[in-house]
Amino acid sequence: MAKRFEKPKMVPVPSHSIIPDRDVGKSPILECSHLGIDFGGLRAVDDFNLTIGRTEIAGLIGPNGAGKTTVFNLLTKVYQPTRGTILLDGIDTAGKTTVQINRMGIARTFQNIRLFSNLSVEDNVKIGLHNQETYSMATGVFRLPKYWKKEKAAHERALELLSIFDMQDMADMKAGSLPYGAQRRLEIVRALATNPSLLLLDEPAAGMNPSETAELMENIVKIRDMFQIAVLLIEHDMSLVMSICEGICVLNFGQVIAKGTPEEIQANPAVIEAYLGKKKEG
Amino acid sequence: MEFLSYLISGISLGSVYAIIALGYTMVYGIAKMLNFAHGDVIMVGGYISFCAISYLNLPGWLSLLLAVLVCTVLGVVIEGLAYKPLRQATSLAVLITAIGVSYFLQNSALLIWGAAPKVYPPLISGTLKLFDGQLSISYVSLLTMAACIVIMVVLTTFTSKSKMGKAMRACSEDKGAAQLMGINVNRTISLTFAIGSGLAAIAGVLLCSSYPTLMPTTGSMPGIKAFTAAVFGGIGSIPGAFLGGILLGIIEALAKAYLSTQLSNSIVFAVLIVVLLVRPAGLLGKYVPEKV
Amino acid sequence: MNRLKNMKRTTKANFATYLGVILAFVIVTILVNNGMLKRSHMGLLVPICCYIVMAVSLNLTVGILGELSLGHAGFMSVGAFSGVIAAMSLAEAIPYAPARLVIAIIVGAVCAAIAGVIVGVPVLRLRGDYLAIVTLAFGEIIKELINCLIVGHDSEGLHIVFNYNGSKSVEDLHLLEDGIVIVKGAQGTANVTTIASFTAGFILIMITLVIVLNLVNSRSGRAIMAIRDNRIAAESVGINVTKYKLMAFVTSSALAGAAGALYGLNYSSMQATKFDFNTSILVLVYVVLGGLGNIWGSIIAATVLYVLPEALREFADYRMLVYAIVLILVMLATNSPAVKNVLIKIIPHRKGEEDNG
Repeated sequence: MAKRFEKPKMVPVPSHSIIPDRDVGKSPILECSHLGIDFGGLRAVDDFNLTIGRTEIAGLIGPNGAGKTTVFNLLTKVYQPTRGTILLDGIDTAGKTTVQINRMGIARTFQNIRLFSNLSVEDNVKIGLHNQETYSMATGVFRLPKYWKKEKAAHERALELLSIFDMQDMADMKAGSLPYGAQRRLEIVRALATNPSLLLLDEPAAGMNPSETAELMENIVKIRDMFQIAVLLIEHDMSLVMSICEGICVLNFGQVIAKGTPEEIQANPAVIEAYLGKKKEG
Repeated sequence: MEFLSYLISGISLGSVYAIIALGYTMVYGIAKMLNFAHGDVIMVGGYISFCAISYLNLPGWLSLLLAVLVCTVLGVVIEGLAYKPLRQATSLAVLITAIGVSYFLQNSALLIWGAAPKVYPPLISGTLKLFDGQLSISYVSLLTMAACIVIMVVLTTFTSKSKMGKAMRACSEDKGAAQLMGINVNRTISLTFAIGSGLAAIAGVLLCSSYPTLMPTTGSMPGIKAFTAAVFGGIGSIPGAFLGGILLGIIEALAKAYLSTQLSNSIVFAVLIVVLLVRPAGLLGKYVPEKV
Repeated sequence: MNRLKNMKRTTKANFATYLGVILAFVIVTILVNNGMLKRSHMGLLVPICCYIVMAVSLNLTVGILGELSLGHAGFMSVGAFSGVIAAMSLAEAIPYAPARLVIAIIVGAVCAAIAGVIVGVPVLRLRGDYLAIVTLAFGEIIKELINCLIVGHDSEGLHIVFNYNGSKSVEDLHLLEDGIVIVKGAQGTANVTTIASFTAGFILIMITLVIVLNLVNSRSGRAIMAIRDNRIAAESVGINVTKYKLMAFVTSSALAGAAGALYGLNYSSMQATKFDFNTSILVLVYVVLGGLGNIWGSIIAATVLYVLPEALREFADYRMLVYAIVLILVMLATNSPAVKNVLIKIIPHRKGEEDNG
């Protein structure tokens, strides 16, 4: 059913990861080493190592409760890691806040959709452009020339970004009143508006039907090609993960149990036991 | 010795706050609403007891019983008429309605009993003299403290042991789930209001016994203070309301005695602010960060 | 004409708001000039303007930022007393009253903004009902602090005594012979030259509207509303939550301070107890009944509800009781699903709007 996307040759890098061969020679966008966090006595994530190439589409999979969203929360500093380091574009992110992380180049979507539901679709994207088209509060209140210039630029940029998902006609609708699939897409557009170099998608296909999922896959690849950014996605839909992800990392009970290309992961006995095996039966 | 007497008057005042705060915290825990009319139920309790003693010549304990009865009914009626239709509404809408109820009670009292303060005859008079008369504790204070401890123990036992108490705790955790488990949520909320208002009546009688001027606005400030006490201890928590009330009373009494009469309320509120900044959910409250 | 059609709905609504206020001002001015208003009604004009500004500014905190504040009157109080002190001290230096009024309002706004920063920095970290109780606490603290203030002015400048233990009095100011006492502790201000006017009130409303409406429709305003709708998502797109919360809160406080200064200069005497918890609640009622985030609604609600107790004078003693009942009934009518359903059946074409509201 799923369209096969062209896959690059994956090459090994230090820290036991692989990246696409086209990204070799460029510094990786993300390097996590020995990342871990404890909640009380529970090691929610432990010794998590991952390297993502500059234009790689990577997948993070694992059974429910494996700690996938926790990894996202660590990367975006919703939680401060107990152990380990995260290098974003070679820069250590220790002690940074969620806001700073976004400005450094990580944008994300949420498993349970978090839109600004009382605001219009366009305003949601404009809020994503908050740090792109900047002017001061006084400029806004006194409507100085810069206000009109920047607002016009923000308006045009917002419509341009919405057009990726053919959503420009919905610009004036209230975000909360959009259908479910459109809300998920709007979250991606909003994240893209922050001009990230790494996009984290938390179950982007959840609740979508097969044709919507297929369209989403094409769009994820399109976004990567257009913006030349890396994408890390959490997903339970194996057809999506196996067809667009170039490198896959499998998490179980907070620990990495396998890393590799889709083919390697599908053949990995540990993965099949922990995850895919069960999935096939059900 | 002087310090001890201030401390005891603080504990006695704090006991009144604690009794009011217990009602506040229970209602908040279950209905998730700030019931600003709670303070005015105290005032109604005071007036009912006052009328029973002055006009009907009933003994003090009977007037207390009457006040509790009237306020319990009043609480249930208020809940049924004003709050129940707003179960699905925003918390702000309920808050404003509660303010409306508070105005209603105050102005009804103004019409019925007039603006002039009434002098409340204390339930019991006399003082206990200790250490050759160096330390004197009024019997009202002793009664207040004893009442507070008894109420606290009874409430804790009730909520942890009895079936209705467990239903209450279930409702305050998750109303939907409680309903699915066969708990009558509406009846449980009504019961909570009944208990809270009954406690307010007791607090009203005790408050008026210590501070015998009774006016339509008598309940407002103690109401706000008790609300503060409930937040101080961690709103929704019964031991928290008890602890918060007592501490607030002590701080207020000592601040009045040693620092400044003019600024005693400010000192109380300042302590509250500092506590909340250090412990955002109050002393005994549990801070639950939002899940991402 | 074509341009009007292309304007966004919000822009149109904003213009309608400005236009409505200007129209109301013109009509009232004509009525006043033709002697068609009773004296007692004319006395209401400036306070109405002040409470409109209060409601609009509180709407910024409660409706736009989405944080419940129960101490808004505290900032009004800071503005009122600092404004009166400024106006009275400058009486000789600046004899022209309107200029003095402008300075007093600015001083009131700045002082209230400073108070807003002092309150906001620690408090805005708290959430929901905890924030509400702390703003309430701050309102009461401000009231008590001002109650202890004794201020006088003479040719040597301002004299201030803080009467924290009740032992100080006006004598402790040690004023020279040409001195005047401006604030007498708990007795409040006295012998204030009343320089507030309805025109000044109107201008203050217009300035408030420009500030609030323009703020809402700008980058900063969107950031503030983003925090209201979803704080975690707002952080994830790089919005500094503390900064924008503080921005909204301080702007709101400053406007309340400006309203307070105008209010203070409308009465020859005024006590700090005027600005207690009940006043904060009164303004909150305007905001909620006018509709959260709905600026036009705040204006209407403030006007109607401020006039209502006066209009109910024929009920004499019953008027506050009637007010309470009206308040409860309105809340039930607008928020109870049962009542709402009945309304929707009566007015079917308004169904969409009902859902939004």
